[in-house]
Amino acid sequence: MISIRNLSHVIDGRPILHDITLDLPRGGITALIGPNGAGKSTLLSLIARLTRIQQGQITVDDLTVGASSDRDLAQRLAIMPQQANVSARLRVGELVAMGRYPWNRGRPGYEDRAQVAESLAKFGLTQLADRFLDQISGGQRQSALAAMAHAQGTDYLLLDEPLNNLDISAARGLMRLLRDMADAEGKSILIVLHDINYAAAYADRIVAMANGRIAADGAPDGVLTPQLMRDVFSSDADIIRVNGRPVVVV
Amino acid sequence: MRPVPLLTALLMALAALSLFTGVSNLTPRAVFTDPEATRLLLISRVPRTLAALLAGCALAVSGQIMQMLARNRFVEPMTAGAGQSAALGVLLATILLPGEPIWAKMGLAAGAALAGSAGLMALIRPLPPTQPLLVPLVALVYGGMIGAAVTFVAYQGDLLQYVEVWLTGELSGVLKGRYELLWLAGATAAATWVIADRVTLLALGDAAARGLGLNVTVVTAAGLAAISLSTALVVVTLGAIPFVGLVVPNLVARHTGDNLRAALPLTALTGAALVLAADIAARVIRQPFEIPVAAITGILGSMPFLLLLYRGRARV
Ligand SMILES: Nc1ncnc2c1ncn2[C@@H]1O[C@H](COP(=O)(O)OP(=O)(O)OP(=O)(O)O)[C@@H](O)[C@H]1O
Ligand SMILES: [Mg+2]
Repeated sequence: MISIRNLSHVIDGRPILHDITLDLPRGGITALIGPNGAGKSTLLSLIARLTRIQQGQITVDDLTVGASSDRDLAQRLAIMPQQANVSARLRVGELVAMGRYPWNRGRPGYEDRAQVAESLAKFGLTQLADRFLDQISGGQRQSALAAMAHAQGTDYLLLDEPLNNLDISAARGLMRLLRDMADAEGKSILIVLHDINYAAAYADRIVAMANGRIAADGAPDGVLTPQLMRDVFSSDADIIRVNGRPVVVV
Repeated sequence: MRPVPLLTALLMALAALSLFTGVSNLTPRAVFTDPEATRLLLISRVPRTLAALLAGCALAVSGQIMQMLARNRFVEPMTAGAGQSAALGVLLATILLPGEPIWAKMGLAAGAALAGSAGLMALIRPLPPTQPLLVPLVALVYGGMIGAAVTFVAYQGDLLQYVEVWLTGELSGVLKGRYELLWLAGATAAATWVIADRVTLLALGDAAARGLGLNVTVVTAAGLAAISLSTALVVVTLGAIPFVGLVVPNLVARHTGDNLRAALPLTALTGAALVLAADIAARVIRQPFEIPVAAITGILGSMPFLLLLYRGRARV
C-alpha cells in the first residue's frame, strides 16, 4: 500500500499541494484526474522521490520515501514521468533495458533479457528494438518509455499521462495491458489521465485533484458527475450513460 | 560492417607506418641489422607511437564521458576548462613546488583539472536544455578565461615558453622514460568501462536516474575524476590536444549510438587512430620540421565541429 500522510508542497513560495492524505491499497488501477496545474505530476514525483518531500510522509509498503535506499524503492516502484528528455542517442531496446538497472546494476543476465524482450513485445516494439529514439515517432517513443517502466517489473507503477501521442488502438492496447497487469499479476497502478472516458472505462477508482487538493475519490460511477465537471474542471460537459458506464460528452 | 576489426586493422597499419616515419630514415630491414636503428626504434619511435595511441584513447573517452555528464554533444574537456586548468595546475606547481617530483606536479594538475571541470558542470547546469548551443559557448568562454589566467600567471612568473608547451600538444619530445604517465591515462580510460552503464543512465536526467536507484552523485564524481585525470596526464606529458574528445564521440554516436558499453571501445580505437594519424601527418607535412599535433587535430577537428553545430542543431 502507498500511504500519503499530510503531504504539502511549496514551489517558490507558492503552495502547490495542500495537506494531502491518501491511501492507495495494493492491486488495481487508480486514475488521477484534474485540470492542468492541479498538482498531479507533483504528487507523482513526490511519491517516486524524484522531488524531495518538504512536509508530510509517504510510505510504500514498509519503505519510507526519502529514508529508504533508492535501490530498494526502485525494485518496488517504477515511474514514467510526464516529460522524459533522453539526451543521448539510444536504441529502443537499450532504453527498455535500462529499466532493469535496479535488479542487475548494469550486468544484464538471462532473466533481464527475457524481461526486456517481453516488455518490447507487449508494447509492440519488437520490430523497433534496434532503431534509435530519434528515428521513431512521438507515440512510439512514448510507448518505449512505458515499456521501460514495465520492464522494471515493480509491484507499483506510476504513469504520468502515458496516453499522450498514442493513437486510439495504442491507447486502448496500453490500458488493456495495464488492466491485465492489475488483474492477473496483482500490480498496483496509479495513472494520470486527461481523457476521463479512459479513466471511467479502465480504472477501479478515480481520484480527482484540483488546486493541490483531493476533490473527489471513489469508484468511477460515483465520482463522475456533472457536478464534478463543473467544480473541478469548470466545464459544462455533460455526462451520459452508455452500457451502464458514465461517459463524458465532449 | 563490423567496426572493431576494421578499426583494429587500421590502427595496426597506422602504427607500422608511424614506426618508420620520421626525420632519420629507418627501414624495417635496418631494425634487425643495425643496432643504431634498433635503438632509435625502441627509444623514440615505439614510445612516440604508444604515446599517440594512449593519448588518443584517453582524450576520446574522456570527451565522451563529459558529453554524457553535461548532456550535451558539443563539449570536450580539453577546450572546456579542464585542459586549461591542468595547465594552470602544472604551472603553479612549477612556480610553487619547483623541486618536487613529477608526481606532485601531476597531482596538482589533476586536482586543478577536477576543479575546472566541476566548475564547468556547475556553470552549465542552469542552462536550458532547449538551447543546446549555449553550453559550448559558455564552455569556450570559460576555457578561454582559464587559458588567459594561465598566460597571465606565466607572464608574471617569466614562464611563457613553458606555457606554450602545455597549451600546444606535440609529440616530438616523446622518448622512452618521458611518456610513461600516459599508460595511466590509458588505464583510466579503460577503467571507465566499469561505469559505462551507469554513465549512460544519466542520459535519462538526474531525477529519472535516481528513480532507477542510481547514485547520481557518485557516478558523476567518478566520471569527472576520470576525465580530469586523463586530461591532466595528457597535458603534462604532451600538452593540450584539442577536438579529439569532441569529434570522435560524435562520429561514434552517429554509427553506434551513446550506449557507452557498446560505444566506448569504438571511441577508444577511433581516438587512438585519429591522434596517431595526426601525428604522422605532423611529421611529414613540413619535413624535416614538425608541426605540433595539436595544430593538426585543431584543423581536422574544428571543421567537423562546425558541420556538427550546423547540422546537429535540430536534433540535440
Ligand atoms: N518547477 C516548477 N517551478 C514552478 N512552478 C511549478 C514547477 N513545477 C510545477 N509548478 C507549478 O505547480 C503546479 C502543479 O504542477 P503539476 O505539474 O503538478 O500539474 P499537473 O496537475 O501535472 O498539470 P498537467 O495536467 O498540466 O500536467 C502548477 O501550478 C505549476 O505551475
Ligand atoms: Mg502533469
